[in-house]
Amino acid sequence: MVTNVTSFGRSGLYDWMIQRVTAVVLLAYTLFIVGYLLLTPDLDFNQWNSLFENIAMRIFSLMLVLSFAAHAWIGLWCVTTDYIPMTGLRFLVQSVTGFMTFVYVTWAIQVIWGI
Amino acid sequence: MLVSVYRYNPDVDDAPYMQDIHIDIPGGKDIMVLDLLQLLKDKDPSLGYRRSCREGVCGSDGMNMNGKNGLACITPLSAVVKKDKLVLRPLPGLPVIRDLVIDMSQFYAQYEKIKPYLINDSAPPAIERLQSPEERAELDGLYECILCACCSTACPSFWWNPDKFIGPSGLLQAYRFLADSRDNAQEERLADLDDPFSVFRCHGIMNCVSVCPKGLNPTKAIGKIRKLLLQRAT
Repeated sequence: MVTNVTSFGRSGLYDWMIQRVTAVVLLAYTLFIVGYLLLTPDLDFNQWNSLFENIAMRIFSLMLVLSFAAHAWIGLWCVTTDYIPMTGLRFLVQSVTGFMTFVYVTWAIQVIWGI
Repeated sequence: MLVSVYRYNPDVDDAPYMQDIHIDIPGGKDIMVLDLLQLLKDKDPSLGYRRSCREGVCGSDGMNMNGKNGLACITPLSAVVKKDKLVLRPLPGLPVIRDLVIDMSQFYAQYEKIKPYLINDSAPPAIERLQSPEERAELDGLYECILCACCSTACPSFWWNPDKFIGPSGLLQAYRFLADSRDNAQEERLADLDDPFSVFRCHGIMNCVSVCPKGLNPTKAIGKIRKLLLQRAT
């Protein structure tokens, strides 16, 4: 067995399953937003604001952000392990990716719950 | 026609180069690429390539013909030549020993990892371990692999991680033993595969399927390994 401490869940199966489950969340959210925009042609700020004030929508949006973070980490981890053979540089790029992901998640939480 | 051949002799050349050779096919017949290589070798005996059975069974003469991997002995010129030109290169991704001859050590190391032999610690029966026709049929499409390396060397995941990713050929063989009713080491075999590289570096682009000279489907076998891993873990 090949081991690697920088992967998302250490197990290939776990990473693979998380990537598929999060992909379903991303698809569901995309379909919902596109559907909402199509069904609400005269959308104004108040309607948009009240949509995101709804607790169910906030939970859905947070689920999207966390899914996006996990999905992106697994995907970019694959890209870095494929294309950056130098261990030091690879670890640096992975660290920056992890840091940026954390910043975006925290920022997104503030946006979602600050409405 | 024009044949452009990858040439590299580490004893003489500083770097690999492409050698262009104009050649007339006797009688204008549709010969196999291996026959063409013999004609080239008659002209220049220093050209190196592997060959043995010349009928697609031994898997020695895997090479890249006009950009696609295949066995030279069962590939007719009519199937690969475009605009009267043929470019011959060694299988991509593995170190070149000389000309079209590659070092397959990494490929074999991955094959060795999957323990390509039956493991069964139960007491052997008096004569042999029997299989029903249905159990035997499970191995169809798996046991036919001749280890020519056309698939693994067509796989970008194997190019980037030949030391960690088992590759389509090895994984097809891994499933061949996982699916064998006479083997009882399934748990041990699956435990060895459940990491982010060995199986899961496959992203299903199916280059392996499109080049396999035996018409096998490693991607399907990899899907079945994933299913077994999922069943084992959930």
